[in-house]
Amino acid sequence: MRGYEVLFAGNNFLRLLGGLWVTIRISLISIGISLVLGVLLGAAMTVRNRAVRAICKIYLEVVRIMPQLVWLFIVFFGITRSTGINLSGEAAAMIVFTIWGTAEMGDLVRGAFISIPKHQYESGLALGLGKAQLYGYVIIPQTIRRLTPNIINLSTRMIKTTALVSLIGVTEVLKVGKQIIDANRYDAPDAALWVYAAIFFMYFIICFPLSVFSKKLSDKFR
Amino acid sequence: MNEDIVIEVKGLKKVFGENVIINGIDLTVRKGETVVLIGPSGCGKSTLLRCLNGLEPIQGGSVFLHGEPVEYGKRSLNKIRQKIGMVFQDYGLFPHMTVLDNVMLAPLKVQKRPKDEVKTEAMALLERVGLGDKAKSYPSQLSGGQQQRAAIVRSLVVNPDIMLLDEITAALDPEMVHEVLNVVLDLAKNGSTMIIVTHEMAFAEAVADRVILMDGGVIVEENPPQKFFHDADTERAKKFLSTFSYSK
Ligand SMILES: Nc1ncnc2c1ncn2[C@@H]1O[C@H](COP(=O)(O)OP(=O)(O)O)[C@@H](O)[C@H]1O
Ligand SMILES: [Mg+2]
Repeated sequence: MRGYEVLFAGNNFLRLLGGLWVTIRISLISIGISLVLGVLLGAAMTVRNRAVRAICKIYLEVVRIMPQLVWLFIVFFGITRSTGINLSGEAAAMIVFTIWGTAEMGDLVRGAFISIPKHQYESGLALGLGKAQLYGYVIIPQTIRRLTPNIINLSTRMIKTTALVSLIGVTEVLKVGKQIIDANRYDAPDAALWVYAAIFFMYFIICFPLSVFSKKLSDKFR
Repeated sequence: MNEDIVIEVKGLKKVFGENVIINGIDLTVRKGETVVLIGPSGCGKSTLLRCLNGLEPIQGGSVFLHGEPVEYGKRSLNKIRQKIGMVFQDYGLFPHMTVLDNVMLAPLKVQKRPKDEVKTEAMALLERVGLGDKAKSYPSQLSGGQQQRAAIVRSLVVNPDIMLLDEITAALDPEMVHEVLNVVLDLAKNGSTMIIVTHEMAFAEAVADRVILMDGGVIVEENPPQKFFHDADTERAKKFLSTFSYSK
């Protein structure tokens, strides 16, 4: 069998798409929750209270300091063993990606907030805007504009990093690809190239439009 | 109480940390008056203006607008600020809104006036400062001078009782200074009440009804422009003015 035939043999392609769906599901859910929690974290990082800011900062650094893979192992093996709670690989993956995404998102939100010049606040106040109006009409719209391209970039990073979850036994697209390659090791030795090319293309189809979109946005808001 | 008094400052004191920036200032501005405030950089001119519309907490004395106390952090402040127009050195236009939306924001959202009426007035004012064709542009598409004129219109459109202009041409290229200051001169001629901080001495002399020199946290001299610029009472004023003239 030729390599490319393997791609479409039996239900192989459907299985790949199924794996891709797992990737997308993990990504979408963790990105969605990270977005909400990240806004809260980012807001918390700009409050006056030093203790609150310090706690947020520690959280951010602790999350960042370790590779995502280590977090996956800690949550999947560590927590499962030590507490006896039986966590599926996918659930563990979502937890880890949410913890990581929240930290990064929070830092982006904080950065966007403090990048709004002081005079924007004062100009708004001097016009007689109340606090809610000031944030609703002046500060938050500008924050969102600055934030959107960065959020999209982070999202593509998260989508790509989900490839790691195959290492805790989640059959996402990469894992499915490996299974297909292994199953055809003898009758189609060059299948690997084709399968990985297909996977590359799938990631590309998801991430490239996002990158273009974020580039467009950041040019527009420049 | 005198109906004519727009702003009254009594014994104002402002401290940043250990630095006393304003150390007992009294100031009265009447309706239709244009007061020019000058002084060396860092003497507290901006801080004084910011105290007048409650952008800064004060550590002593009091500020009244039409007899109503201006108090930092109070709810009543929003009402008071609607009657005080403020224009900053770096324009402070909102970059995500068109010029027209910038101008219409306060009358629509703060004063809650009808949209048609506000739009007509906003357009008329933009025409008046030569920005009629820029209404739909975003601030980043305008020159500094145009942005500053738009910012003036934005504070003007709410019909404030007094305008505070803080070095509004300091960030502009020389050729744009003129177009902005002409707008201000026009306002003065039409009876606007203003406090103007500026380093443009020729403009100050032309526009002022009264000139105030601030230094060391107090008012050093206060005189009509003719007297102040040509026959100042204090040595401090003469010395300050001499920094604006050159001879070889
Ligand atoms: N938020 C602040 N915190 C501490 N010091 C300040 C602050 N704002 C202004 N100052 C100080 O107050 C003094 C007066 O500033 P300012 O009113 O801006 O002067 P001017 O407008 O006359 O140049 C300066 O020495 C400045 O460093
Ligand atoms: Mg200043």
